[in-house]
Amino acid sequence: MTTATAEHLRHSVWTTYVFSTDHKTIAKQYLAQGLFWIVVGGLLAGAMRWQLAWPDTKVPLLGEIGPEVYNMLVTMHGTIMVFFVAMPILLGAFGNFLIPLMIGARDMVFPRLNMLSVWTFALASLVMLASFFVPGGAASAGWTGYPPVSAKPVYTGVTWGINLWILGLALEFASFLMGGVNYLTTAIVLRAPGMTLARVPLVVWQQLTAAALFLLSVGPLIAGAVMLLMDRTLGTGFFSPELGGDPLLWQHLFWFFGHPEVYVVLLPALGFVLEVLPVFSRKPIFGYRWIIGATVVAAALSFIVWAHHMFISGMDPRLAMPFSVTTILISVPFAYLIFAMIATLWRGSIRFDVPMLWALGFLTMFIGGGLTGIFNGSAPADIYLSGTYFIVAHFHYTLFSTVFFGGFAGVYYWFPKMFGRVLHGGLGHAHFWLTLVFFNVTFFPMHHLGLAGMVRRIANPLQYDALVPHQWINVLATYGTLCLLAAQIPFAINILWSWLAGAPAANNPWNATTLEWAAPSPPPHLNWGARVPTVHRGAYEYSVPGEPLDWLSQDSAPPARTETGSPR
Amino acid sequence: MIAHVEIPGLPAGIAPGKVAVWWFLASEIMVFGGLIATYIVFRLGGSGWAEASHHLNVTLATVNTLVLLTSSYTVVQAFVAAERRDARAVRGHLALTILGGFIFLGLKAVEYTTEIRAGFTPGTGIFWSFYYMMTGLHALHVIGGIVVNGAVLATEGVSVRHPHRVELAGLYWHFVDVVWIFLFPLLYLA
Amino acid sequence: MLNWLRWLPENVSTYGADVDAIIALIWYTTVVWLFLTFGAIGLFLVLYRRRAGRPAAYVKGERLGEALWVLVPVAVVLVLDLWLDFSGAPVWAKVKIERPAAALSIQVTGKQFTWEMLYPGPDGRFGTADDRLFLDELHVPVNRAIRVVLRSKDVVHSFFLPNFRLKQDMVPGREIEGWFQATKPGKYELPCAQLCGFGHSGMKAYLYVHPQDEYDRWIREQWS
Repeated sequence: MTTATAEHLRHSVWTTYVFSTDHKTIAKQYLAQGLFWIVVGGLLAGAMRWQLAWPDTKVPLLGEIGPEVYNMLVTMHGTIMVFFVAMPILLGAFGNFLIPLMIGARDMVFPRLNMLSVWTFALASLVMLASFFVPGGAASAGWTGYPPVSAKPVYTGVTWGINLWILGLALEFASFLMGGVNYLTTAIVLRAPGMTLARVPLVVWQQLTAAALFLLSVGPLIAGAVMLLMDRTLGTGFFSPELGGDPLLWQHLFWFFGHPEVYVVLLPALGFVLEVLPVFSRKPIFGYRWIIGATVVAAALSFIVWAHHMFISGMDPRLAMPFSVTTILISVPFAYLIFAMIATLWRGSIRFDVPMLWALGFLTMFIGGGLTGIFNGSAPADIYLSGTYFIVAHFHYTLFSTVFFGGFAGVYYWFPKMFGRVLHGGLGHAHFWLTLVFFNVTFFPMHHLGLAGMVRRIANPLQYDALVPHQWINVLATYGTLCLLAAQIPFAINILWSWLAGAPAANNPWNATTLEWAAPSPPPHLNWGARVPTVHRGAYEYSVPGEPLDWLSQDSAPPARTETGSPR
Repeated sequence: MIAHVEIPGLPAGIAPGKVAVWWFLASEIMVFGGLIATYIVFRLGGSGWAEASHHLNVTLATVNTLVLLTSSYTVVQAFVAAERRDARAVRGHLALTILGGFIFLGLKAVEYTTEIRAGFTPGTGIFWSFYYMMTGLHALHVIGGIVVNGAVLATEGVSVRHPHRVELAGLYWHFVDVVWIFLFPLLYLA
Repeated sequence: MLNWLRWLPENVSTYGADVDAIIALIWYTTVVWLFLTFGAIGLFLVLYRRRAGRPAAYVKGERLGEALWVLVPVAVVLVLDLWLDFSGAPVWAKVKIERPAAALSIQVTGKQFTWEMLYPGPDGRFGTADDRLFLDELHVPVNRAIRVVLRSKDVVHSFFLPNFRLKQDMVPGREIEGWFQATKPGKYELPCAQLCGFGHSGMKAYLYVHPQDEYDRWIREQWS
């Protein structure tokens, strides 16, 4: 028990729903904020695509978008999706909800620090929102914020917008640093009896690796962000050559963080898929220990690949081959993860419930994104492909798979546990298939646009002779985007309707083995009743030969001894 | 907050607070590490840095270094006193540690004022940009440390019952000291 | 839509074919992997659909015998990837590291939002009276190696010649050299490939590649 029980009986509406220290409520607060921002980020994308398909016409709700506003849309779309959608939903919401439940704890080790982290995130959100409405408009130097264009207000015309962008990101970093410390400490010290590290479910391992990765990689960017703010406001010259500085310094600091960051976003969603695949194949995950090893190796390698984002940046060209080699090496653990997921399907007993569809969608679409990564990691190929729509296609195939396909696998799978209600299956199927189709309609042809030489961050493709004959692709991608946005409506209806009036969910609707399914749906405050569970086995005991049921929960009666006398 | 947790099969008594503070310090090491590495790379590649650093006040900075080292010693004494349940000694040593922090900030303020009056602002040149940034960020962390030590001092009743609180505050304070040990030679002596 | 390689614009540069060869090599390799993985997934989803009376196999994949089924393909991935990478090394070196003696050097300076092309003139030296500045147009003779000295007056721009498979960022405070040799006369677009402000969209120049005699005529006209 963390604190005296009497204290918890005196809860008001404020302390239950607003200023709560319960990890499950905090998770929902992260989820709600992430869902708000996904609407904003999606609408920004819709506006961008409208402008690209029909340049210099009136975009609905916004009117005519000039190039200044277009740069703001691009910048804020990227920033919001990575830092205000992916991280709060995948890491903040699910990390908070799942970690204590899946290790058999009653809450996080530092519940008040947890509350502080979600409120810091809320403050970061407010600062980001404010940046849209200040004079000069929102940040417009790309989510990558390269100086000098970002360091001197005169180059963009944006003053407060970029300053607030920096401050908003700093607060977001602080929020996730606090959260990360909480996750890592909780997983070390609060595991239930019998929950050895070798029995911890993979999604928890992924959350912890992501948290540690964020913690260790964000430092140099924090240093860089302070430098950028000082350049903008105090006249320092970290990134100004005339004062002795170097624009490439920012790029190194940014990407040193930036590459690990994409794995910070990927790993939690990968974790969801690694949980869903065994449940709906009724088979253990293939290679549990190897998967943990591969994940840690990939995370470690992510610190030494960063300059593959900088092949043609002006850095010493002799650095290109070393970074190409490290980039190739990082494809090895990821190849393992993909093949292990495919091997999990082999000789399974596969059901196509909605969470499984999303997991399979992740697997296939992420393979697509991973394969185009091989093009980009080759330095000579990247001479041509860097800065084009080929890169945009690559990172949308990887990131969209992660956030949407992986994220929705998690949402549909754990919604019954989180909210005690069942999501409507038909709407779920519609949501999945429409998203899958229109995602590909939108992003697959962008590979072709990139190969044809379309550069990024331009507001009007018709200004380029080479792109005029390919404008139909831009129009197609825009229709795809609008349909993709519309495809989220079944989900919006589903989640609201089911949350308010859906059928009540059983404790364990999916017959899964991990500990959270042993608690009620939703779990009460402090999760477990009189005593926390005791764990007797690993997390993937499905279709164990000789057992009457095709699943064995981690906490059910101690295992039968095998013939050799050793327990499983 | 949990003081100590027993986990079956694990070494007795892992303090969650300590684990948390070490993870926090790991991230801080990356912030200052990144800064220091950047400074070194720039310094090696550029010219005029040694000349610029001659304008710094090595004497004041040396005194500051000794002040911080002494305050790291006093914070350890505060922890030892807390384990001995000696409330008066805890109060005394924490107060000395905080005083050390204030002296450091005071001397730093004197340095900054002198330098700015002499015309060396953050925008004067790349050395000065780094100098103000690194020492400024460090000073913010010193302020943070004073606040933490102050909180431990203000709740000294609790601290004496739970000496690990003093230990954790001391851990952070040592980190702040160690960062200065790197900054001092890199900025003032090189 | 299926053959990605046909979407690359016409290549008119000497090393362009080498870059295209690397892109093609990677494309063929990745297409094979795509078919293998999607094929396996599709096959397993069909073969191992839930069927009454047929439970799943209790395979954990941790014993070496089982793990090899995955480790061997992973090793193949590693070998192929390294091969692709090392095949690319000489191409990278050709474009970015080795530079042939150039018949002509031109200073290209990016500035929000124009391309300034400075020719050294008949004396072949920059900074003399016969230098001539052109805006948004670059003229070169065909079949001669051309050196471009890339600079920037303000922010990071990027020199991109799609038809030559050449791209290089232009960083203020640095002079970065690039080179190319055209194989065919024509007019080729030169877009800026790095976000440089609100005028980034549309910031482009044209490269005019002339047959030698036409180029000589152009020189005489400009410096008469």
